[in-house]
Amino acid sequence: MSETANIAAPVRLSDAAIRRRMLAEFWFYFSQNRGAVVGLAVFALLVLVAVFAPLLAPHDPTAQYRDALLVPPAWQEGGREGFLLGTDAVGRDILSRLVFGAQYSLFIGIVVVSIALVGGIVIGLLAGFFGGWVDTVIMRVMDVILAFPSLLLALVLVAVLGPGLTNAMIAIAIVYQPHFARLTRAAVMSEMKREYVTAARVAGAGNLRLMFRTILPNCLAPLIVQATLSFSSAVLDSAALGFLGMGAQPPAPEWGTMLAEAREFILRAWWVVTLPGLAILVSVLAINLMGDGLRDALDPKLKRS
Amino acid sequence: MVRFILSKLLYLVPTFLGITIIAFSFVRILPGDPVLLMAGERGVTPERHAELSAQLGYDKPVVMQYFDFLGRLMQGDFGSSLVTKKPVLAEFLTLFPATVELGLCAIIIATLIGVPVGVLAAIRRGSWFDQVSMTAALVGFSMPIFWWGLLLIILFSGILGWTPVSGRISLLYFFPNVTGFMLIDSILSGQKGAFGSALSHLILPSIVLATIPLAVIARQTRSAMLEVMGEDYVRTARAKGMPPFRVIGIHALRNAMIPVVTTIGLQIGVLMAGAILTETIFSWPGIGKWMIDSISRRDYPVVQSGLLLIAALVMVVNLIVDLTYGLINPRIRVK
Repeated sequence: MSETANIAAPVRLSDAAIRRRMLAEFWFYFSQNRGAVVGLAVFALLVLVAVFAPLLAPHDPTAQYRDALLVPPAWQEGGREGFLLGTDAVGRDILSRLVFGAQYSLFIGIVVVSIALVGGIVIGLLAGFFGGWVDTVIMRVMDVILAFPSLLLALVLVAVLGPGLTNAMIAIAIVYQPHFARLTRAAVMSEMKREYVTAARVAGAGNLRLMFRTILPNCLAPLIVQATLSFSSAVLDSAALGFLGMGAQPPAPEWGTMLAEAREFILRAWWVVTLPGLAILVSVLAINLMGDGLRDALDPKLKRS
Repeated sequence: MVRFILSKLLYLVPTFLGITIIAFSFVRILPGDPVLLMAGERGVTPERHAELSAQLGYDKPVVMQYFDFLGRLMQGDFGSSLVTKKPVLAEFLTLFPATVELGLCAIIIATLIGVPVGVLAAIRRGSWFDQVSMTAALVGFSMPIFWWGLLLIILFSGILGWTPVSGRISLLYFFPNVTGFMLIDSILSGQKGAFGSALSHLILPSIVLATIPLAVIARQTRSAMLEVMGEDYVRTARAKGMPPFRVIGIHALRNAMIPVVTTIGLQIGVLMAGAILTETIFSWPGIGKWMIDSISRRDYPVVQSGLLLIAALVMVVNLIVDLTYGLINPRIRVK
């Protein structure tokens, strides 16, 4: 008798325990994907490099050593010990510039995704929640933005705002924002039909509460996946803008800008061209790998078969 | 089907108007006096300013200016370049074939390699081929193509000396521009070696531009194939004793191609963005490089109309993709 009572008694878990279990479950699915774990490790390393850049970099990233122009990496003939990865055309240490460049890339990714995410969520929520003409107008505007090739629109926006890192980030965020708005809208529209929303409404929840506290938390999974993907695209696109002279301006050690400065030396000094591009590729790849894992863990519907 | 086409066409009208509004506002939100920016003059007297303002129609209310702008567009008047003084539309049409040639080659390369790789990876799921090709696809997808282009130049032009660094054809050859496509014109000219020269100029930029679409197509084909191969009708076909080649080629591939065709079509926008970078690296005289040059020369009439033309073009291509999709997948027509 006492045994049956034991089984029937509801298992009560504290909020913290539930959260721990959810995290454990998340990690279980995430770690199933080996690439995702590698991506996470590389990304963590990148964050550490960015945070401790002043400690890690052997030189000031903008200091010009006039006696050391285009010095090859240390292991090559003519290389110097003080400059592990060589120097560029005006004698700046490549390693130090790459290390500080990590700060730029992460900063750009975070700022662009935050702006695009917040803007997209608010716009998508409005469209999905109110529907009708609000929805029509908003989604037509989003369609117009999406009609332009993203890099071209970003370029023209930067031409309007003036070249520079801040404007490049704003431009990229504007271009990315419709993707978030569309995703949010679609998720909101499917959640709106659920009973818990009706229940909350009957209980007297106002529009704002319904939108942000009741519905939004249930729409986050696809948004997080899209945010990771946009993070990597933001790193790529800002580097492309830097390469075209429209992003971060010299002497900033931004990877794309470094490549632009290195273009004329491609046949003479491989290291000034190869290394910044490799840094971009590795970071973007790590973030994309992580994105795949996040998708598997958060959104079983989209799970890669 | 007619209703489907009409509804799609009707859907485009507001988007097109939106594009014209953005292109129209572009000049007006630029810092500085739009009259001087569009006329390309500096330090003018007030009389000259009034004259220019009237000439460009900037003395009218903004709404009227917009309708004037729209009216001129409908008549095919896209303004003139400040630098070359030529009509923007004429410049666009001269440079456009170069970009189309590059883009077509890229999409052909991407499809011819991406689809078979995706199919094979799906059939041999979990094999070393699947793992290697999908890792390569992810690397390709993450590739900064402006850097990739520079690396290929270092390898093939610098070290091996196989391909030229820039342009569309060697200066040794000169022939009339018939189709605008260098590969075809060089054959038509009948000059020895001209075709080879055109091809060697085209190959590296095409590979660079094809990289990201190739990765996307391979990944998409693989997942579409995997999905289709789990379907009942494929199992039935297998159970009937059909040879595997027919099961995959006829039952699976045809249905898997539906999302893949859309993916290929949607790469046009990606290609246009990629063309800006690729054309810059290889000094390819197409509309991507033209836009970049115009932005840096502050040739605003070109930037304004170029933006408009490119967006309209992408829009039309997307429409064609949508219609093709309706054609090969009748289910979505009724939606």
